[in-house]
Amino acid sequence: MSRGGEHASALRSFLKRLAQFVIVLATTLLGLVAVTFFIGRVVPIDPVIAIVGDRAPPHVYERTRKELGLDKPLAEQFVIYVKKAATGDFGNSVLTTNPVMSDIARVFPATLELATLGTIIGTLIGIPLGVLAAVKRGTLIDQVVRFLGLVGYSIPIFWLGLMGLLLFYAKLGWVAGPGRIDVTYSYLYTPVTGIVLLDTLMQGQMDAFWDAVSHVALPACLLGYFSLAYISRMTRSFMLNELAQEYVIAARVKGLSEFRVIWRHALRNAAVPLITVIALSYANLLEGSVLTETVFAWPGLGQYITNSLQNADMNAVLGGTIVIGTVFVLLNLVSDLLYRLLDPRTR
Amino acid sequence: MAGAPPLSQSSRLQAWLLSPEPASRWQARFGRFYLGWRSFTKNPLAVLGLVIVVLLILVAVLAPLIAPYSPIAGGDLRTQRLLPPSETYWFGTDDQGRDIFSRVVYGSRITLWVVMLVAVIATPIGVIIGTVAGYTGGWVDTVLMRITDIFLAFPRLILALAFVAALGPGIENAIIAISITSWPPYARIARAETLTVRNSDFIAAVKLQGASTPRIIFGHIIPLCISSVIVRVTLDMAGIILTAAGLGFLGLGAQPPMPEWGAMVATGRNYLIDQWWVAAMPGLAIFVVSLGFNLLGDGLRDVLDPKAAK
Repeated sequence: MSRGGEHASALRSFLKRLAQFVIVLATTLLGLVAVTFFIGRVVPIDPVIAIVGDRAPPHVYERTRKELGLDKPLAEQFVIYVKKAATGDFGNSVLTTNPVMSDIARVFPATLELATLGTIIGTLIGIPLGVLAAVKRGTLIDQVVRFLGLVGYSIPIFWLGLMGLLLFYAKLGWVAGPGRIDVTYSYLYTPVTGIVLLDTLMQGQMDAFWDAVSHVALPACLLGYFSLAYISRMTRSFMLNELAQEYVIAARVKGLSEFRVIWRHALRNAAVPLITVIALSYANLLEGSVLTETVFAWPGLGQYITNSLQNADMNAVLGGTIVIGTVFVLLNLVSDLLYRLLDPRTR
Repeated sequence: MAGAPPLSQSSRLQAWLLSPEPASRWQARFGRFYLGWRSFTKNPLAVLGLVIVVLLILVAVLAPLIAPYSPIAGGDLRTQRLLPPSETYWFGTDDQGRDIFSRVVYGSRITLWVVMLVAVIATPIGVIIGTVAGYTGGWVDTVLMRITDIFLAFPRLILALAFVAALGPGIENAIIAISITSWPPYARIARAETLTVRNSDFIAAVKLQGASTPRIIFGHIIPLCISSVIVRVTLDMAGIILTAAGLGFLGLGAQPPMPEWGAMVATGRNYLIDQWWVAAMPGLAIFVVSLGFNLLGDGLRDVLDPKAAK
């Protein structure tokens, strides 16, 4: 086959894969919306009463019911719901009276900040630890990494957060307590990106910046630990796989230094599946935000959802669920696509 | 053979178990179990996990004998409130003057109940969907696996949260929500196992004998899938416990005054700085139990599924 033909067939297979990806993404998101719609319908709370109160006269009740579209057949309601969800319209929050989407846009940066920091910490420490554990298989360091991983898989995140606050905030005073920034500093900067660390730094408010750092340190390290537990375990298993391959023997026979064999040759081959792992761990941290943010009074999406839950604000709960679910699904599928793109072996 | 020393009782049993030519199906099964047990007990961490899980079951069953006080009835609020751990109150007392040790002991019943019910609800759903999809193939397979993939891509905790929010807080609803979100991996595994046996000769033989599709699936395929699914369920137990505790912590699981560990940690949050034991003790219990399930699951995987062990 000519080179041009090869290119064309590679392109065709890529397009085919892309089409598959789009179909999978669309059905998964539709499934997500369908589940939240279903949840919204089985709710024992009458959404009309939630708005007008239970002492409203019947005609007000009927009018609101019509305005909400609840008098239409269920299938039609679902179509309307999907259309609205596709444009990011999840209705108004009963609690804040704002559109749910604008509420989410306001709180989401805080969640993103925390999860990103956690993933960075987890990756920077987790990968070297995993590599070390694989190289020194069966030694003390391997056992320590295994133990760290097991504890990370077994410990309730909210409890570890509380114990961390007790030790590092209350007893030792090394870090600041719950919240994102001290009230004293909260008016010294204008929120632009919504990410406090960036905002304060860009506006040169160094005192506020350091205060924000001392607030974020504990929750970020905590999330970093959970991501580390997962990443190091997976790195170890990928590396063991690679180190058993023949090219590693070839590289050693060639006389390459052990450092080069491990970090340049083996790790590079393990790097592609690791992208998937890091993306998954990022998605898990976003999901876990409902617990961490409650513990650290961190004003992000997780806390928004739990607050709305306690106030029976279903629009907000379902909107938040769809947003986190969408990010989760996207991270899952994009990492899968990346994996196929970056690794020639899967073509 | 003359002159051979008489075998002791235990070594004769061992010889019977390890016989290369078992005389009955039962002997073969016991033999396999014994071999698995031998390699399981070589792993001290796995044994530790088993011990923790057995202890959990014992504590749950014998809770009324072990707990020195009532887990529900409050003590004297003037003298017994928020006492630190001591000889009388091993784990201290909470804001209602209740003995935390007794509450943790009774809480094991709730944890075990959640884990058992989720396993009983989610495993059959997953196994049936997976084996039917794998054995039938065609569009049934496509549709069932698409649904499974959709559920697999969902964030479990958030979805469980939304379900509980809709159904109303409570332990039963938490169990339903966790079950709904935990079956997809089992379906995947069951399908993969089904595909490996679907075209084998013994299935063809059963089919030629005139067995119906349900008979083949329930009688011949499911028994072969079950061991990998069990390993996966055991590995998931820790996650189930943590999800249930998380829901409890957010006030969506078991309702007060039930001694659910996650909800107890949430109470302790209010007294964290000065009365740390209120939050620390139940959280420690969650940690130990889920560590036990993780260790046990790892050990079981090494024994039952040597391919995946690495």
